[in-house]
Amino acid sequence: MDRLDRLRGPEPPRPHDARAIAALAANPGCARRAVLDAAGVDKDAVATHLGFPAPFGRSPFAITRGDAFEALVKEGGGAELLRLLRELLGLPLPLAGYTDLADVGGNPSAHLRHSHTRRLIDRAARDAGEAATLYDHPLLRLEIAGYHSYLEPDVVAFQLGGRFHIVEIKSFAVVDGQAEPDKVAAAARQAAVYVLALSTLLAELGHDPSRVSHEIVLVCPENFANRPAATLVDVRRELAVLRRQLARMTRVGAIVEPLPDTLTFDLGRDDGGVPRRPVAELRSAVREVGARYAPDCLNTCDLCFFCREEAAEAGATDLLGRQVRDELGGVATVAEALALADGSLAPDDDRAEIARLLRLADRLYAEVS
Amino acid sequence: MSTLSALARLRALREGRAQRLATVRHCHLSDRPMVLIPLRLAGEAAAPLAAMAGTDPDHPRLLVVPQPRDRDLRFAFTAELAEVVLPYVEGLQKATETVERRGAEPYERCVDAPQLLVPNPAGVTFVQLLGRSTRFRRAEGPYAVHPSVPVLGRWLTFFGRRAQYPGSVLLAAATDLLSLHWATGQSALEDANLASLLGWIDPPPGMSGASAAREAEDPLVWPPAGPATDPGFDAEVLAPAIRAYQEAPGERAAAAVAAAVRSQLEPTWRLMWRAVDLLRALPPGGGAAARWEGDRTAFTAFAAQLAEGAPPQPRRDGAVAAAARLARMERARAVYDAQRAFDDPLVMAGHRLAGEAFTGTVVAAEPDRTEGEGRGRKLRPLLVVRTGDPVRLAAGARLATPARRGQRADVVDVAGGEVTLKIVKGMGRGTTATPGAVPQVGEVVCYAALTDEYQPPAALPAPEETPWTHGGPPPEYVPAEDDAEEDWS
Amino acid sequence: MTRTGGRRSGAVAVPATGAAGPAGLSPAAEAGAVVDAVLADLPRHRGVVVDSPPGAGKSTLVVRAAGHLAAGGEPLMIIAQTNEQVDDLIVRLAAAHPALRLGRLSAGDYTAPARVTGRAAIGTRLADLGDPDVVIATADKWAWVGDRVWPWAIVDEAYQMRSDKLLRIAGLFERALFVGDPGQLDPFSVVDGDRWAGLSWDPLQSAVAVLLRHNPDLPVHRLPVSWRLPASAAPLVSEAFYPFTGFRAGTGPEERRMGFATGGMRTAYDRALEEAAASGWALYELPDRHTVRTDAEAVRAVAVLATRLLQRSPVTVSERGEHPVTAERVAVGAAHRDQVAAIRAAGLPAGVTVDTANRLQGREYDVTIVLHPLSGRRDATAFHLESGRLCVLTSRHRHACVVVARAGIPELLDAHPSADAVRLGVPVKFPDGWEANQAVLARLAEHRVPAAPPH
Ligand code: SF4
Repeated sequence: MDRLDRLRGPEPPRPHDARAIAALAANPGCARRAVLDAAGVDKDAVATHLGFPAPFGRSPFAITRGDAFEALVKEGGGAELLRLLRELLGLPLPLAGYTDLADVGGNPSAHLRHSHTRRLIDRAARDAGEAATLYDHPLLRLEIAGYHSYLEPDVVAFQLGGRFHIVEIKSFAVVDGQAEPDKVAAAARQAAVYVLALSTLLAELGHDPSRVSHEIVLVCPENFANRPAATLVDVRRELAVLRRQLARMTRVGAIVEPLPDTLTFDLGRDDGGVPRRPVAELRSAVREVGARYAPDCLNTCDLCFFCREEAAEAGATDLLGRQVRDELGGVATVAEALALADGSLAPDDDRAEIARLLRLADRLYAEVS
Repeated sequence: MSTLSALARLRALREGRAQRLATVRHCHLSDRPMVLIPLRLAGEAAAPLAAMAGTDPDHPRLLVVPQPRDRDLRFAFTAELAEVVLPYVEGLQKATETVERRGAEPYERCVDAPQLLVPNPAGVTFVQLLGRSTRFRRAEGPYAVHPSVPVLGRWLTFFGRRAQYPGSVLLAAATDLLSLHWATGQSALEDANLASLLGWIDPPPGMSGASAAREAEDPLVWPPAGPATDPGFDAEVLAPAIRAYQEAPGERAAAAVAAAVRSQLEPTWRLMWRAVDLLRALPPGGGAAARWEGDRTAFTAFAAQLAEGAPPQPRRDGAVAAAARLARMERARAVYDAQRAFDDPLVMAGHRLAGEAFTGTVVAAEPDRTEGEGRGRKLRPLLVVRTGDPVRLAAGARLATPARRGQRADVVDVAGGEVTLKIVKGMGRGTTATPGAVPQVGEVVCYAALTDEYQPPAALPAPEETPWTHGGPPPEYVPAEDDAEEDWS
Repeated sequence: MTRTGGRRSGAVAVPATGAAGPAGLSPAAEAGAVVDAVLADLPRHRGVVVDSPPGAGKSTLVVRAAGHLAAGGEPLMIIAQTNEQVDDLIVRLAAAHPALRLGRLSAGDYTAPARVTGRAAIGTRLADLGDPDVVIATADKWAWVGDRVWPWAIVDEAYQMRSDKLLRIAGLFERALFVGDPGQLDPFSVVDGDRWAGLSWDPLQSAVAVLLRHNPDLPVHRLPVSWRLPASAAPLVSEAFYPFTGFRAGTGPEERRMGFATGGMRTAYDRALEEAAASGWALYELPDRHTVRTDAEAVRAVAVLATRLLQRSPVTVSERGEHPVTAERVAVGAAHRDQVAAIRAAGLPAGVTVDTANRLQGREYDVTIVLHPLSGRRDATAFHLESGRLCVLTSRHRHACVVVARAGIPELLDAHPSADAVRLGVPVKFPDGWEANQAVLARLAEHRVPAAPPH
């Protein structure tokens, strides 16, 4: 794996939080993203240094609201959460224990905190009583391209009778039983990361990994109030996608192999942490790995503005979206498509068909507009 | 997405500005639309932060919630919004016309209807949510609100639901209306940004559409068109202003919040009216007026329901209501698609390219051909059309033609650039064709596998007779007491 | 095989082979036991659901159940989805139960095909039919019938029926048997139905989905044996498309054979056909290239394969004896209508059926030739990945299936972004289209015949 280290430079690999891992599947066809992610490169920092900072910001109002809602749900040592779970699962859950796994005293390393989580989960799985237990902030980890990534502990694990559920608290509203599908999907993908990490942990400890339920508990504010409500979400599909992506990450070697040995995305930070690498140099380094830009990148990848610019320079039809590209049946550049349409370019055999179609479209367009 | 619109996007890139996707306007545009630009507090489902609204481009009304987390201030905002929207809506109920119907009682219909224009589809969703959060409120009881609030809620809900019907424009998003008529040199995803979409359609002099669109992505130059605000603005401008208001509520602090949101809303306000002007400049298509009649009928009917004191719309459709609405929406979709193609050769060109329609010259016609014997003898004229279009219709396909709207023809055969058609409807009674009903040799005709014919759906059971397969009769709907008291925090 | 409720998960996987099944039962005995259990359940429940994988004897079950119910002396209504299905049922019912009086309700412009005339009273209104024991019509036609309640109904192809259609006719019967194939294409609409997402009566869900959500205690049986699919296909189709409710082939690997009376010329086409005849599958693979939907090269390959197949005078041997494969027993399937039109225009032997997956549902042929929905594409969409589409296309054949595709589909699947929206309260649908496609491709790769380079 030292090849990936060299690609990243001297900085420590950027930890993958659940959100980042969930986003691995956003554009799996993109080699550039696969390499940067596998090497743990800080894409946001790279994009900023290239002069194309990512357009993703979070409003302070959204952050405050999220924190306030989470605090509300966890109030009273998880009493409110337990009430929700009782209602949701229809169980007369007897009094539960509430353990905050973040409380280890002092400021221990992720590794130590993970061991703590590990011990408690092991004990819970071993002698599970009838009482329910809530484990707040469990520090789980997942192996990504050879590295152990510790996951931001922002979920609750709920254990009852030896079975575990992941509880994900989100502050988007569920109005009359429905929430924004994209937000639910993002929550489901993130929760799936924890489900996988927790079942991996159980397996490591010699327990049955299927004791982690594939139904996660999503807790959201209901309607327009602050009152939380819980819903079960089946994340089996998200789990399957996640497993696939993680398996792909281990194959990233095939993409890295042909890259020049000296290639690195090192920002050349000085002692003050300021990136000093000449931008042109970094740009050619990034361009060394092929991208597969699609407009969806604008919602999912820190490098989107950089890659869009690159696609625009190249006159790539990718710029216009997957559907347009699809209609153009494999013609990769705008200039080529237009030349085929107005007849100034004679198509080769491979392009004969799309050329015929484009020429007809061109004729009709001229005829009626 | 058809090859035609894909090509239009390519051309837009080459030309540096958007290309037309339509030769006529496919939406009715009111003489006096109301533009409404709502803003929402980030992180909340439907907490209004501000809105700019009005029917006069020069006099927008700015509504602000100086502390969006304060429930009373929110209801004050909705009451104020009601002051803007309700007079507009109610004023249009006064003038009516009598509509005669064959085989049914004539009825009254408003001669005009309101039209709410919001910047983008997210704005439509916000209107729906705002309607949902206000329509159940009551003017008396523990959480009393101003009496206009629940009325506004019902209207917004009506608008929000109507917006789900294809072709309806009582509530419409400017980006949707513009994208219907122009193809830009960017992706559909980027077209959802009103400023960049208009950058392509109508770039400032000396600037290409591409650069205008890029510039429009800078939130400092063109703030987002809502309902979401720019996170940078939230952090640097809005949050301090709201904090100041909270610490010392008063006119000055409120004015500071208002000034902040005004800076975010005003650019979009101007864009909205530019969009209206651009759309207005297009000649209207015939179907748009017909669909607007449908909108007016719906508007009239809902106004009557409200006047009769109907309860607020339920939270979700029951089984029967859902099936009925689905049937209406599907019909609206078919009519909308057919009418646009019949109104507009450029839209029809997309269908021709897909092989679902064709244009050509009549090379043979048998106008008085009949089929069958004796009393069963029927007029069935034959037509052979020569076309260069890539026809992909199978024998038996039922076609209609823009030049003779009532006419229907069946495909008999497609071979060697010639299509043989049999006219089965709209060519005259008896055994001779009405003069002019059957195209003559040499005439250029267009036929398409599209129809706006009305086929009434089979009846649905009454809601109280919902069968056991669908859960049986639902409990009768009465708005629950606690609906009105629902928290809005 | 009975499970209760609408959940698809949790059922025990069944060995998907032609060998003896659970408890050593022969396929016929196993299937017979399920049919008996279905008939026994009928008087005990208001509704009974029978899942029938491809070729598992759905029509046979409908015909038997109809005879069984009619024998009780009570009138019966049968609901099918298309006119063709109604006609097929009449032919089969008339053959199995000659004493039953059948009636067929139809629309005004329906003309009865020869196979139906004389077998059923035909009319546009109930009153025109006399008083038959069994009345059959499409769901659309039934929706216009009122004022009468039948003690029993059989709903055929119930998974392809949208629940709003069922709502219009459910008042006509007291009890019903619902039969259909859960693995085929789901009903759809041209409008956006998000506003009903998660509702138990979502009108865009299938009739069975809605029925079971409101009546979770109804028994759900599953026909365990496919009599259509050969031993080479049943395990794959079962695993790829029915992951939780497997089935097996009714015949063993040696019971179905296919050969050619006319020799070939060792062209790539011949080799693909021979591979399919020998193994049940062939992947005729064109070079990797992104193309328009109506990829001329692929379309031509499909047409040539169909022509070549019939030129080679194929013969099949099966439990039904030895028969030549005629054009009527060959079908060509594709995803899009323009592809179907292009294939038709490319020239197919007379009598060969060519249609979209939607319209091939429920049909059966000896040999099928399929243009892979993902062939030549750069990106997949939900439409192209829908598992039901591939399931229909790869489960119509009794002997062999030749798939025509461009190389590169595995890479396309690999690059496919997963960003499906999730709606609360909507049960997750299995199998996942991605996984199903992957499973089928992995199998097809074992039967790959590269196309000859163009001359
Ligand atoms: S933005 Fe660039 S690096 Fe990121 S996924 Fe898209 S193409 Fe790949």
